[in-house]
Amino acid sequence: MNYLSIKNNQTVSIAEIPETDYYAFRVLVVGMVVSHPERHCVNYFGYQQEESIKLICCIADDFLHVINVLSCRVKASDSLDSLTSDCLAFEKFEREIHENFGVFFKGHPWLKPVRYPVDRADRSETIANYPFWGIESEELHEVGVGPIHAGIIEPGHFRFVCNGEQILHLEIQLGYQHRGIEKLFLEKKKLIERATLAEAIAGDTVVGHSTAFAHVWESLCGFESSADIEYVRTLALELERIAIHTGDLSAVCTDIAYQLGSAVFGRLRTPIINFMQEWGGNRLSKGLIRPGRNPFLFTPELAVRLHHVLDVFEPDFNEMNKRLFQLPSALSRFERTGIVSYEDVLSIGTVGMSARMSGLNRDIRSSHPYGWYGLLSHDPIIKHHGDVYSRVQIRKQEVVQSMGYIRTLLGQIPDGVTPQDTSLEARPESFAISLVEGWRGEICHCALTDKKGELMQYKIKDPSFHNWLALALAVRNNEISDFPICNKSFNLSYSGHDL
Amino acid sequence: MLSNLKILYHQGKQFIPDVTKAVLPGIFRGRPVISSADADDMAISDLCPVGAIGLKPLSIDLGKCTFCGECARCFPQKIAFTKDYKIAANLREDLIIREGHDVPVEIRPELVRKEIRQLFGGSLKLRQISAGGDNSCEWELNAANNVQFDMSRFGIDFVASPRHADGIVITGPVTQNMAEPLQICYDAVPDPKIVVLAGTDAISGGIFAGSPAIDRSFIEKTRIDLYIPGNPAHPLTIINGLLDLTRKLKKE
Repeated sequence: MNYLSIKNNQTVSIAEIPETDYYAFRVLVVGMVVSHPERHCVNYFGYQQEESIKLICCIADDFLHVINVLSCRVKASDSLDSLTSDCLAFEKFEREIHENFGVFFKGHPWLKPVRYPVDRADRSETIANYPFWGIESEELHEVGVGPIHAGIIEPGHFRFVCNGEQILHLEIQLGYQHRGIEKLFLEKKKLIERATLAEAIAGDTVVGHSTAFAHVWESLCGFESSADIEYVRTLALELERIAIHTGDLSAVCTDIAYQLGSAVFGRLRTPIINFMQEWGGNRLSKGLIRPGRNPFLFTPELAVRLHHVLDVFEPDFNEMNKRLFQLPSALSRFERTGIVSYEDVLSIGTVGMSARMSGLNRDIRSSHPYGWYGLLSHDPIIKHHGDVYSRVQIRKQEVVQSMGYIRTLLGQIPDGVTPQDTSLEARPESFAISLVEGWRGEICHCALTDKKGELMQYKIKDPSFHNWLALALAVRNNEISDFPICNKSFNLSYSGHDL
Repeated sequence: MLSNLKILYHQGKQFIPDVTKAVLPGIFRGRPVISSADADDMAISDLCPVGAIGLKPLSIDLGKCTFCGECARCFPQKIAFTKDYKIAANLREDLIIREGHDVPVEIRPELVRKEIRQLFGGSLKLRQISAGGDNSCEWELNAANNVQFDMSRFGIDFVASPRHADGIVITGPVTQNMAEPLQICYDAVPDPKIVVLAGTDAISGGIFAGSPAIDRSFIEKTRIDLYIPGNPAHPLTIINGLLDLTRKLKKE
């Protein structure tokens, strides 16, 4: 076999990953994903190895619950047949490889810069002089928004081509948030430095990214995580989901000018994140998840508190939702606004909520379970319209579902404190992969070590990486005044994308 | 209509009546206190992911600290984080907490420009710029204006355009790709204007300090009026910092 099948959070020796020439690699990858909606690429990246570039591709199979890993070796000066011409979901990965190393992909429709990283192959172009795609016409006009936006949010540039009020095309250019985080993972050698970096990938998905980092690192070190360590991670992931989904419901209400919903959902987020602070000392859970240990024990007293927090939260949350979904003025803004079809989300390879909104079942909690999710036997919430309404409904229902999971977990607090292993040593010449379902969707972290066991490559993929394109497709033919609500209903990460 | 009133009634009173005296629940890592107990200072300093711990005497620089609490966890007899959230300062050196000094961090009124209190004492409009911020400080700045913290009751608001603003609030370590937009936005704010740095990343670069993708030149050459530490800064730290900077404090 020319590929290796591994499980989520498994470490293998790099030598075990079959390496073929690019032609065979391409045939294999295309055969795996085309016409197979149960398989999708979770990560595809390159790294410099002596004179050549090694490409590693990881394809997750949701039916068999495995990840197929395969590799090939190419040169920076190569001009290769693109995977994109057969499967559009690779377009972003190939753009990233092109931007980082200069490899050219034939048949790729648009090798547009991804994020203008500091170590890009072509330093002659900068983000400031990026030529946006335009249409020559006297009837059409362009609207440029950003990088600095009107609200308190992260920077990114949106360029609309409009026909009157109607959006014909939206181009999104990101990269303003690029902090060089993947390189810093290699440069900073202390575990706590790397854990701090993982928390800063996306400050709204602290638990998601730091759990992915912890899993990758523990796997590389052969550390067997215990039930109590995994318990707090599963619990914190679900709490993070509740907090952010509730905040997003507030943001969506703000954008349809529904004050009551905005204020109520906004204030309902507070008891959840305040509980995170009661538990771990930080409202956004920074410092809560660390590889190899559990810095903040979840005590029975905290369980009583959390039960109380949820019991008070739930009736107010449900009452507000009931009202919101009865309001004709709200529903008329939600329904049939910002639609992305099943065919589109499948072809561009969206993940998480942005896939489930259109009937595509992508949820790592059920397809590649980790932590306590195996015991919770998670059943993903799937919607079919792919519009704002579907995205808002998913949020509402996932909050209720997460509360159920948390209550189940609270009845099963594991006993005992695991001895804390802080002297973790990574295995040399190994590859590890971790998939975590954050509130936005699938987070993928991959790590490779060299002969001495030092990190040689660290690759992060935030769910936003693919999902930004779904936003661009969603707003087509909508009125430009519906852009904010479309944007908020996705709520994608800029920093997680730009790294 | 009735159901709206019912919802309103069910919310009860949400706002914090006095944001200067509110007590935070559970644990919180605010202003640290360093005792004079004997400890291996080198080992403590070595723990820190961002080099915030200085030696002779042992000190913690809140402008660099990520408030992870690792030092307090390993050396509880030496370092403790209190729940004191009033840690904003207008002098960078005041963010350095030294061994044996258990005193609040305060704004130095003599260093506040006269026009700040004259012009912005009753109303302050700010433009926020995220320059590599990870969206945690951005969330907390938004939270400072929700119904609980309700910063706009003091006349402090965030506005959409720099032309409407009295100053800027920067979050994030300032990436190379944001350096120019930041400068353009700052230049667009009419004088007199204030510059506020919110969060550890903005104040020192945090964990990103030294990254080649970061450009700190704007921060280095610009006069900073307020430093609000935190990772992210707590809404109460933000509100109290801005109030102390712009208002004359009532001495009790």
